[in-house]
Amino acid sequence: MSAHGHADSPVKFQYEDIDQQNDTYVIGMWSFMVTEIMFFGGLFLIYTLYRMNYQGDWWKAHEHLDWRLGGINTANLLVSSMLMALAVRAAQLKDRIKVMTLLSMVVACGGLFMAIKYVEYSGKIVDHLYPGPSFTTNPEILHGANLNHAQLFYGLYFGMTGLHGVHVIVGMLIISFLIKFWYQKKKVVTEDYIPTELIGLYWHFVDIVWIFLYPLFYLMPKPFTVLGGH
Amino acid sequence: MSTTVTTPIGSGEAAPGPRLNYLTNGHSLKSWLLTEDHKRIAILYLISVSFFFMLGGAFAGMIRYELTSPAGNVFESDAYNRIFTAHGAIMVFLFLLVAVPAVLGNFLVPLMIGARDLAFPRINLLSWYLYTAAGSLILISCISGGVDAGWTFYTPYSSLYSNSNVSLCLVGVFLGGFSSITTGVNFIATVHRMRAPGMTWFRLPLFVWAQYATGIIMMLGTPVVAITLLCVIFERTFQLPIFSPELGGDPVLFQHMFWFYSHPAVYIMVLPSFGVISEVISAFSRKRVFGYHFVAFSSLAIAFLGFLVWGHHMFVTSQSMYQGVAFSLVTFLLAVPSAIKIFNWTATMAKGNIHLNSPMIYAIGFMGLFLIGGLTGLFLAAMGMDVHLTATYFIVAHFHYVMVGGTVMGFLAGLHFWWPKMTGKLFNDNIAKWNAIVVFLGFNLTFFPQFIAGWMGMPRRYHYYYFAPEFQIYNILSTMGATVLGIGFVIPVIYLIKSLFTGAQAGDNPWGAHGLEWQTTSPPPTENFYYSPIITDDVYDYDPVAEHEAIRELGANRQH
Repeated sequence: MSAHGHADSPVKFQYEDIDQQNDTYVIGMWSFMVTEIMFFGGLFLIYTLYRMNYQGDWWKAHEHLDWRLGGINTANLLVSSMLMALAVRAAQLKDRIKVMTLLSMVVACGGLFMAIKYVEYSGKIVDHLYPGPSFTTNPEILHGANLNHAQLFYGLYFGMTGLHGVHVIVGMLIISFLIKFWYQKKKVVTEDYIPTELIGLYWHFVDIVWIFLYPLFYLMPKPFTVLGGH
Repeated sequence: MSTTVTTPIGSGEAAPGPRLNYLTNGHSLKSWLLTEDHKRIAILYLISVSFFFMLGGAFAGMIRYELTSPAGNVFESDAYNRIFTAHGAIMVFLFLLVAVPAVLGNFLVPLMIGARDLAFPRINLLSWYLYTAAGSLILISCISGGVDAGWTFYTPYSSLYSNSNVSLCLVGVFLGGFSSITTGVNFIATVHRMRAPGMTWFRLPLFVWAQYATGIIMMLGTPVVAITLLCVIFERTFQLPIFSPELGGDPVLFQHMFWFYSHPAVYIMVLPSFGVISEVISAFSRKRVFGYHFVAFSSLAIAFLGFLVWGHHMFVTSQSMYQGVAFSLVTFLLAVPSAIKIFNWTATMAKGNIHLNSPMIYAIGFMGLFLIGGLTGLFLAAMGMDVHLTATYFIVAHFHYVMVGGTVMGFLAGLHFWWPKMTGKLFNDNIAKWNAIVVFLGFNLTFFPQFIAGWMGMPRRYHYYYFAPEFQIYNILSTMGATVLGIGFVIPVIYLIKSLFTGAQAGDNPWGAHGLEWQTTSPPPTENFYYSPIITDDVYDYDPVAEHEAIRELGANRQH
C-alpha cells in the first residue's frame, strides 16, 4: 500500500486528508438517506392511495389504535433524537464519557420504543386484528369499518410500523457498535466526530419516519364521508 | 502524448522499480475474497456475472428449442413458465443490471478520475457479497421447483396464486437491489469527491458521466422496486394484504411501482454501455467525442426523463387514456437524448482516423442494434400501435435489441477494449474481430424474425403456436440465430482465457488511447498510480502533434 493512511490514522488510504474523507462520508450518507426516503416513500404512496379510496372505513378502523401509547413513543423518540444531537456535540468536543452515556441513553430509548410496540402489537393480535383468515369480524373492535378495508388498514399498519421497527432495531445495533468503538478508544471515532454524526443522522431519519407514521395511523381526522353518513 | 504533471506518492521514495500489480499482490483465496481493491472486486464480479450469463443463456436455449415446433411438446406449459422466468430473472437481475457498472465501472471509475480506490471499498466488497447471496437465492429458487411468475412478478398472480418459489426469488432480487444501491451510492460519492487535482467535471471521460447518471438511477429507483417486491413478500409470507384485489387493494398499483423502477432500470442497463461506446468510438476514431457536453448531459437527461415514462408499459391496463397520452409524449421525448448520442458518435467517426479493431466493431454493432431497438421503441410508445403489439414477440424483439444489443454489445466492446489493461495481456484481435461480426449477425438472425412474428401476432410467453403454424419459419430462423449467437458468446471466453496464458504483454497503452487509465501500468498496481496524477490536459485530447508521436510510439512498441 502507499504511505498514506497508516494503521492508526483515521484517514483511509484512498483519501488525501481528513477533510476529503469527511466530505465523501457525508455525501455517501446523504445519498443513502435518499434511498431510504424512496424506500419508505413507496409505502407512503400506497397508504395515500388507499386512504383516499377508503377514508371512512380507515377512520373507523383507526379508532382502535391507542393514540396515548403512540404519543408516548413519539415523545420517547423525540427525546432520543435530542440525546443523539447532544452526543454528536459531545463527540465534537471529544468528551468520551459523555458520548458513551448519551449514546447508551439513545439505545435505551430505542429499547423502550420497541417494548411499547410489543405491547401494542400483542393487543392487536389478541383482538384478531392481524390480517388473514382469522381477522376479527367483531364490529365493536372494528368500530363498524368494512372488514376488507380494515384488513388493508391493518396490513399497512403492521407493514409500515414493522418495517420502521426493523429500522429502530438496526439503529440500536449500529449505535451499540459505535459505543463499543468509543469504549475501545478507536481513533476512527475519537479523532473524528463525523462517523458519530452520520450514525446520528440515520437515527434522526428513523425518528422522522415515525413522526410521519404517528399522525397518519393514530391521529386521523374524521372524514366528510363519515360526518355525512356516507 | 499527455502533459500530465505528476508528483510521487509517499515521502521520499525512490523512483518506482518493478513492483507488484493488483493481480500479483497476494495469491491466497483470502486475499481475493476479502479484498477491498476495486479492481479485484471487479474481477470477482466478472467471474460471477459471466457464470450467470451462461446460465441465463442455457435457459434461453431451452426456450428456443421448445419454440422450433408449433406443437410445443418438449416442455409442458408449467415447465415452460419456469424456464422463461428463470431466463428473465437471471439475465435481468444478475447480468444486465450488474455487468457494465459492477465489472467495468468498478474497475475503471477510480482509474479514470485518478483516485486510489472507490470512496467506500468495504461497502464495495459488501455489494459483491450481496450480489452473490442474491444470485444463490435466485438460482436455488429457479432450480428447486422453479418460479413461474415471470421476471415482472405481476400481482395478484405472484402474491396470491402462484405455488412456486416466488418468495425466495423475491428475497434474492431484493438483495440484488441492495447490492445495486451500494454500488450506485459508491459511484456518486466517488465521482463527487475523489477526482484527482485538475480533473474537473468537464474533463471527466463520458464513461464516468454515464456511471454517475446510472448511480443516480440506482439511488432513486432501486429502493422503490425493493419496497414493491417487499410488499409482495409481506403478502405471501406474512399475509399482510397490500395489493390484494379481493380486499379492495389495487394490483395495478404494483405495476405502477414496479415500472417506476423497472423502466429506469433499462437505463441502468444501457447508460453504462453508452459510456463504453463513447470511449471506444473516440479511441478508435482518434478524435475528441463530438459535442462532449451534449453527450454528458444527455446521460443526465435520460436518467431524469427515464423516471417519467413508466406508464408506457401499462397502456392496456386500467390507467386512464389521458395518463397514457402524457406517458406516450414523454416517451417520444426520451428518444431525443438517445438520438443525440447516436448522432454524436457518428459525427465523431466522421473524418476520423478509424481503426477497425474488435472493440470498435462491437461498438459499431452496438450503434446499429441500439438504433433498431430505439426506433421500434417509438412504435411501442404510440398508444394505438402498442395496443396491437402488446404481449407479442414484437415487444420481445424490441427489448432484446435494446438490452442485449445495447448492454451485451457494450459490455463486450468494453471488455475487449480494457482487457489488456485489466490483465496486462493482448488477446488475438483477428479472431475477436471475426467473432464480433458473428455476434452481430447471430443477434440479428435471432431477433429480427421475432419482429415479424410479433407483428403478425405471435404472443409472447406461449410455448406452442399450433393455431398458427405459419410462425414456425420465424421461430426456426430465430433458433438458428440463437445457436450462432451462443457460439459467438463462447468463443470470446476461449480466446480471452487463452490470452492470459499465451498473450503478448500489452504494455501500458496498447490502443494508443487517451485517458488516465492508460497512463498507469497494465495491470495497474494496487494503488492504481505510482504517482498521484494531476490533470492538465483536456479529455479525449487527440491533437495532431500528439497523434503523430503516439502512432510512432505504437509502431516502436509493436516491434518488440
